Amino acid sequence: MAKFKNHILVCAGTGCRASEGEEIVQELKTAVSQNQLENEVQVVRTGCFGFCEKGPIVKMIPDNTFYTQVKTADAKEIVEEHIIKGRQVQRLLYENPEDATRISDSKHMNFYKKQIRIALRNCGFINPENINEYVARDGYTALGKVITEMTPEDCIDIIKQSGLRGRGGGGFPTGLKWEITNKVESAEKYVVCNADEGDPGAFMDRSILEGDPHSVLEAMAICGYCIEASVGLIYIRAEYPLAIQRLKIAIEQARDLGVIGDNIFGTEFSFDVEIRYGAGAFVCGEETSLIQSMEGLRGEPTVKPPFPSVKGYMGKPTNVNNVETFANVPVIINKGAAWFASIGTEKSKGTKVFALAGKINNVGLIEVPMGTTLREVIFDIGGGIKDGRKFKSVQTGGPSGGCLTEKHLDVPIDYDNLLESGSMMGSGGMIVMDEDDCMVSVAKFYLDFTVEESCGKCAPCRIGNKRLYEILDKITKGKAQFEDLDNLRNLANVIKDTSLCGLGQTSPNPVLSTMDNFPEEYLAHVHQGKCPAKQCKALKEYVINAETCVGCTLCSRVCPVNAITGDKKQPHLINAQLCIKCGACFAKCKFGAISIQ
Amino acid sequence: MAKVKTLEDLKRMRESLQSELSLRENSDTPEKLVQIKVSMATCGIASGAKETMSFIMEELYRRKIDAVVTQTGCMGYCHSEPTIEVQLPGADPVVYGNVKKERAQLIIDQHIIAGKLVDGIIPGIYSTPDNK
Amino acid sequence: MSQIKLTIDNKTVQVAQGTSIVDAAKQIGVNIPTLCHMKLEHVGYENKPGGCRICVVELEGRKNLAPACKTICTEGMQVSTHTLRVINARRTVMELILSDHPAECLTCVKSGKCDLQTRAQELGIREIPYQGEQSKYKEDKSPAIIRDMDKCIMCRRCEMMCKQVQTVGCLSAINRGFESVVAPAFEMDLEKSTCTYCGQCVAVCPTGALSEIDNTRKVIAALVNPNKTVIVQTAPAVRAALGEEFGLEPGTLVTGKMVSALKKIGFDKVFDTDFAADLTIMEEGTELLNRLQKHLAGDKNVKLPILTSCCPGWVNFFETNYPDMLDVPSTAKSPQQMFGAIAKTYLAEQMKLKREDLVVVSVMPCLAKKYESQRKEFQVNGNPDVDLSITTRELSQMIKGANLNFNELHNEEFDNPMGESTGAGVIFANTGGVIEAAVRTAYELHTQKTLEKVDFHELRGFEGIRSATVDFDGFPLKIGIAHGLGHARQLLNEVKAGTSTFHAIEIMACPGGCIGGAGQPYHHGDTNILKQRAAAIYREDAGKAIRKSHQNPFIIKLYDEFLGEPCGEKAHKLLHTHYFDKKPKVK
Repeated sequence: MAKFKNHILVCAGTGCRASEGEEIVQELKTAVSQNQLENEVQVVRTGCFGFCEKGPIVKMIPDNTFYTQVKTADAKEIVEEHIIKGRQVQRLLYENPEDATRISDSKHMNFYKKQIRIALRNCGFINPENINEYVARDGYTALGKVITEMTPEDCIDIIKQSGLRGRGGGGFPTGLKWEITNKVESAEKYVVCNADEGDPGAFMDRSILEGDPHSVLEAMAICGYCIEASVGLIYIRAEYPLAIQRLKIAIEQARDLGVIGDNIFGTEFSFDVEIRYGAGAFVCGEETSLIQSMEGLRGEPTVKPPFPSVKGYMGKPTNVNNVETFANVPVIINKGAAWFASIGTEKSKGTKVFALAGKINNVGLIEVPMGTTLREVIFDIGGGIKDGRKFKSVQTGGPSGGCLTEKHLDVPIDYDNLLESGSMMGSGGMIVMDEDDCMVSVAKFYLDFTVEESCGKCAPCRIGNKRLYEILDKITKGKAQFEDLDNLRNLANVIKDTSLCGLGQTSPNPVLSTMDNFPEEYLAHVHQGKCPAKQCKALKEYVINAETCVGCTLCSRVCPVNAITGDKKQPHLINAQLCIKCGACFAKCKFGAISIQ
Repeated sequence: MAKVKTLEDLKRMRESLQSELSLRENSDTPEKLVQIKVSMATCGIASGAKETMSFIMEELYRRKIDAVVTQTGCMGYCHSEPTIEVQLPGADPVVYGNVKKERAQLIIDQHIIAGKLVDGIIPGIYSTPDNK
Repeated sequence: MSQIKLTIDNKTVQVAQGTSIVDAAKQIGVNIPTLCHMKLEHVGYENKPGGCRICVVELEGRKNLAPACKTICTEGMQVSTHTLRVINARRTVMELILSDHPAECLTCVKSGKCDLQTRAQELGIREIPYQGEQSKYKEDKSPAIIRDMDKCIMCRRCEMMCKQVQTVGCLSAINRGFESVVAPAFEMDLEKSTCTYCGQCVAVCPTGALSEIDNTRKVIAALVNPNKTVIVQTAPAVRAALGEEFGLEPGTLVTGKMVSALKKIGFDKVFDTDFAADLTIMEEGTELLNRLQKHLAGDKNVKLPILTSCCPGWVNFFETNYPDMLDVPSTAKSPQQMFGAIAKTYLAEQMKLKREDLVVVSVMPCLAKKYESQRKEFQVNGNPDVDLSITTRELSQMIKGANLNFNELHNEEFDNPMGESTGAGVIFANTGGVIEAAVRTAYELHTQKTLEKVDFHELRGFEGIRSATVDFDGFPLKIGIAHGLGHARQLLNEVKAGTSTFHAIEIMACPGGCIGGAGQPYHHGDTNILKQRAAAIYREDAGKAIRKSHQNPFIIKLYDEFLGEPCGEKAHKLLHTHYFDKKPKVK
């Protein structure tokens, strides 16, 4: 066996691959062989490192140098300088935004300092396409331990004691779910992995499947043993080709190794996994819709009860867990329930993976212990707001969540606190907004998504969300009356109260939370016809300040509708009736004479 | 791939595979391990630093000593190449000059295993951005 | 079954396990409004997608409201059915539904019988605060059914009928969210789809989204045309249901009043499709005997079982789904078409009319008959044997439009020769009736003995699939009966697989047979009405002097004077048909 002196880990997640990740791998390999280092240096494709803002990431082992924003052209230099001459390529090191110093080891970066990686433990560390690397990291020992040394009840107890709750958003206790499914008598049962990640901007599950597919397979087999199922199904959206490919390889390798298949570890227990593809309907992330879709029916929810644990896929008891939930399971078995329960808050144990996005410096995938505050996530890990702007709001929970404000920044993140604050954990999307974001438009954005993604089965969601959107649209256009606000709130409440599934029951949350947290912004739109964030096109007015206008005529020349008049060297004037608010003049004026009112 | 038939099979397999990843495992917490840096500039390579490094790595592997062996640039002791820096957990780094196989063997036997300094130490204190 | 105790509006109720809140509430007289929900008790299906959310109720300890139709009672459950929260939710949801529904009640075919209208009135909706975009779809006019999906409220009742009950699978929800609608695949027109025009979707549609093609305007136009002689035939099932449109108890027979009304409206002759039903028995019964006798003689080429062919929805179904089995059903035309064929030949000759000047109108409980009357093979030089087919509902509209006080009308008799019928012709209306009528005749023709007991109770009932063995003087004739196309499919699959042991099978597309036809007055989910209609039909049969088709004196006369032998050459030309492969071809 070759013993490599250096490992070069290259992120091969979807994000980094999109920016030449694969080409970088090839170039590195070429440079390695050109220097006859094939026996000393190993180039490894790994899963996501999380710091997507700075991708593509290349990590040098053993000295742990973390190169950011690497380009194909840098590969040669990395090999020749770093490997051969032992000199770090300074310009590829992360620059600390605080003091502009270069940081070479990721653990000294603020982005990583407060993170604890459990679900993501192997992402960015192992080659997801090589089961040996997973095995070397204790892979499948948890499964072995469970099926050779424990009864299903023992194992369920461990999961229960660990306090693990569903990471898909609802936060239902995982051990309890397993126990319920275990207790239903049936000769046929199913384990389903919900990989139909659909929140806008969320990619936690994708990263886990791309970076560590075996952890999910192992957990599914453990779950299968616990509930007495022999078939596992992974419902994954077809828009995740890389995750699908890695899953297929993983399943193949796991079968070859015998850690899934018949009589695993010489026991009576047999378990196999199949992949089912979703067509990308958001509602199919809802477990009953997911099951309908897997059965070949129209992807729409059914009324619960009966819950899938009792009557699920093909009418049989089915345990549905999300990818991230599963990824926690093998570690819990190996390290014990007490270890896991020692992390987090009283009612929310362990960690949570979030996809940080929006007006934040460090966009990426992070995993933090439950109980970390929003402030720590946004300002320490996320590096604060882009361009030094002011923080306004953070949206968690995707289209089902709400917009939290300054006053919620010190709330320790867990299921119950977020719910109490008017948002929810959701699957882990976290979008940060600054003072330039109009909260009515934000609510409208989410409603636009929900209207598009409603399955149409129940009236409040099908028609109600459309009407919510229309009222919000009226508000952003300055055409709303005061009573529209009352209607908006009543409608939002009724949709929550009467919708059939989780999609409709939570879709008004972005509206309600922005109404509650930013009432003045709604009032400004309705009463004064103003958008305080100056985002709503219909409510903007471009005005030329006669004091600062020098009459250069540039603005009048770019105006596509000839709305600007004025003589040379005389202050110009915008005719508001003609102005289409395209903003061309504003962008062109060199003297800052044009403002938005 | 041979199927694993028992949990013991898997554990044995894990043992044999772990060394492949130990480089990565250990690199994240080098301060807890023996760290050896081999000066690998032109002068060092010309004097046999590569052979020294390979020898050290193989020897450590053979003796199952967890260590982080990295290469580094010129340490400035071109008169005494190959040069290596050895740092035991919690101790200050020590630089040795003229480290060929024999001296490397001695360093492993005496310094790393028994904690006793051996001949060939180059005095000098410096700092790097990472350990300043 | 174990009992469960719960409280509804503070009243304690005890119900069987598995009872829904809606049904439990009914036990204490609390009527929870429902819209999409429809329980077809005697058909064995219940539509409760939980989609309209009108039936929501408050449950103690549950954070959101629960749909009462779909929520099963549990021990100790505390239900509140009419709290302010519930009332506000119901009103708001209704306002939402109405905000996406055209306000066309004045001209809507369903006005006055519309479940949506009724619920909206009950909830007292007077304005719709949530105005916005409305769904717009192109109108889909097939020869029998109109789909006006702007009026669809996604209750999915039609989908249940089409998919589960009938297994036609033509209608299902397509598209997503606000754009979702029930339609054939790819939103193709019904005419191009696998639709059988059974019309069961229309029978359950709560709004005017699905309705029949209205022919009343054309009928009136023909009646006022002095150059046309307009005659009408009325199907047996009509007389057992028409009264419902005038407030009479379901199951009231209104044969005489109906004849009177038709005469007053101005039809030149009022005849009875029952006459043609007797004719059908002569042909179909003879065909059955021919096949049976050949079979008994050892002819391997003869196809058994023979399947009835008097139901046009069923004919469409096998032409579409079993194109490789077109030689299995009887070739006999349906009574409607036999009537038309005789009327435009024999009768026209007697009345000294050119075929073009004789307009044949049929009153049918059926929508598929509208399509059937337009089939090319039932036309001579472009002139159809049956010109216009209207439903029981359309007839009631014409009676109302003629300002007749239906309930005060005196009974009148059908005209002759084509108004005379036997009890055998009457029972065509019920599931099992055609085969019972056939047995009455075939028995006597086969055994040459008189059948003393004409009531075959073993062939009657509401079970979806029934079977019975009738002793044909030592030969056990095995009979299968299916009503509802889903049940028909089960029997058909057995025939296809070669495992069927029946000699004859009767199939009716609609649950209950013609009395449950899609052209009948709406039952609004009360399937007990179907049973009452069926009972009325058997009463009419029992009261008839002649109860065997081959004893109908006008039938005997018709063969003597005109047709010759049953299944003879002339009979074959006029009274038999052939079938076509209509399986949609994928290009």
